[in-house]
Amino acid sequence: MRDNIRIASGQGFWGDLLTAPYDQVTKGPIDYMMMDYLAEVTMSIMQKQKRKDPKVGYARDLIPLIGKILPIIVEKNIKVITNGGGVNPGACRDAIFQAASKLGIKGLKIGVVLGDDILDRLDELSARGIQLSNMETSESLSTVRDQVMSANVYFGAWPIVEALKQGAQIVITGRTTDTGLTLAPMIYEFGWRRDDWDSIAAGTVAGHILECGGQASGGNFSGDWRSVSDLAHIGFPIAEAYPDAQIVITKHDNTGGLVSMQTVKEQLLYEIGDPKNYITPDCIADFTTIQLEEVGANRVRVYGVKGRPATEFYKVSMSYLDGYTALGTLTYAWPDALEKARASDQILRTRLGDLGLQFDEIRSEFVGYNSCHGALADHVDDINEVVLRVGVRGRDYDDVERFGMEIAPLILTGPPGVTGFAGGRPKPSEVVAYWPALIPKSAVQPQVIVESV
Amino acid sequence: MLVKIRLLDIAHARSGDKGDTGNVGVIARRPEYYPILTKYLTIEHVKRHFAGITLGKVERYELPNLWALNFLLHESLGGGGTKSLKNDAQGKTLSGAMLRMELEIEEEITL
Repeated sequence: MRDNIRIASGQGFWGDLLTAPYDQVTKGPIDYMMMDYLAEVTMSIMQKQKRKDPKVGYARDLIPLIGKILPIIVEKNIKVITNGGGVNPGACRDAIFQAASKLGIKGLKIGVVLGDDILDRLDELSARGIQLSNMETSESLSTVRDQVMSANVYFGAWPIVEALKQGAQIVITGRTTDTGLTLAPMIYEFGWRRDDWDSIAAGTVAGHILECGGQASGGNFSGDWRSVSDLAHIGFPIAEAYPDAQIVITKHDNTGGLVSMQTVKEQLLYEIGDPKNYITPDCIADFTTIQLEEVGANRVRVYGVKGRPATEFYKVSMSYLDGYTALGTLTYAWPDALEKARASDQILRTRLGDLGLQFDEIRSEFVGYNSCHGALADHVDDINEVVLRVGVRGRDYDDVERFGMEIAPLILTGPPGVTGFAGGRPKPSEVVAYWPALIPKSAVQPQVIVESV
Repeated sequence: MLVKIRLLDIAHARSGDKGDTGNVGVIARRPEYYPILTKYLTIEHVKRHFAGITLGKVERYELPNLWALNFLLHESLGGGGTKSLKNDAQGKTLSGAMLRMELEIEEEITL
């Protein structure tokens, strides 16, 4: 068994810093790199793409990115684990095989994890009495069944562990928990048992720290943010894991950013609920047991983590179509910027009313004054400029589209000193609503396929 | 004698979203400030502070190991996700909104 393994975070979301994976595999030693691509609405976008073309439906950024690092990871034997397979991990694998063959790389083994996509199984599951009611509101799925665009089970670390056991150098999954991507190599390398709940929880905590990329290493840091050096060349976080489930969070030398108790704490608190019950498919981690210690420059030790047995359920993430939104903006300049923006908003609302358009919500915000902190924003007397930002949401596409035609006219038929209408008429976008549910683990089987060319 | 401070003076924070619920993790800058957080950042006080933003309930969890409190602010994101018409649909700036809070404390502290 190895004394320790170094797992690097390569991407924290689809759209993250494209240079980060290359930096991670070149600027210092690592054994694994995880890349997280999937937010809750991402799967519905991918399903839509796949419906048009069965060869897509995964994070397409991944292909040029992997192409660039492939010779390096093969030479250094770095393993890459990603959920960028989206709703089509097989197609993602085939595209990487193609990139490998162009580079003359032979014998590359890629594993895919399938079985999370249950969109085509909803009726069958319902017939078996698995209702997939909304776990927050208890509503029945039948209320939105016809609008469902995607349905995916969150798998954990174990299918990835299986792919690693079969020798995969790259593992591509669909909807896998972000934390599972980091936990899996620890289980595989150190032989942790399924019921070694404390170790599994420690690896899960490490996964939570890594899953948002640079947000653990100085990005979006609200402590003394000025003290973080060279964010332009931020080093993404690395988890150095030990067989006894101690983890050191660090980053490569000669990179920017900061790994400190404070940056790690902020990431630990990011998007969590009850800290005693951080539930994943692999365990329940207790975040109130996490101990941190600074053990060197940009090195924070994580230890003492306690875990409890995993539940009998997987979480299911579904998305469904729920109307349309459109968003218009206009910029008002001094004098009377805020007063004019408010007057313009009133004129717009009057016209929308006269047209008889139906919306579920009209929301006006004043960017530069209160769009972030709303009622908490300090009063301002004489602002230099302000952006009026008006959004509408409704069931009727035509009404939402018609709203978009009412923004530009305000420039010549409203208060003076207005600009910033360069983008054309606002277009309706689909509202993709989120439907969380639970499914018994026995109802779904992850499938692991490892192939090489 | 009461001393007026801003939460920003003694804490840092990070916020994010889960559906229509915002979460704000508030972390004491020094361990001796943690008891001030637990004493003054009551659910009622935070609910009052976020009047006009948080329409639902407020939950509070303690993480003494991180000198931190985690708040869940329900119904704070205009419906959340792609439904929200808010500029800050993901609650990224709720952390700053929390840190604006002014506190009158009776403890003597060095900032």
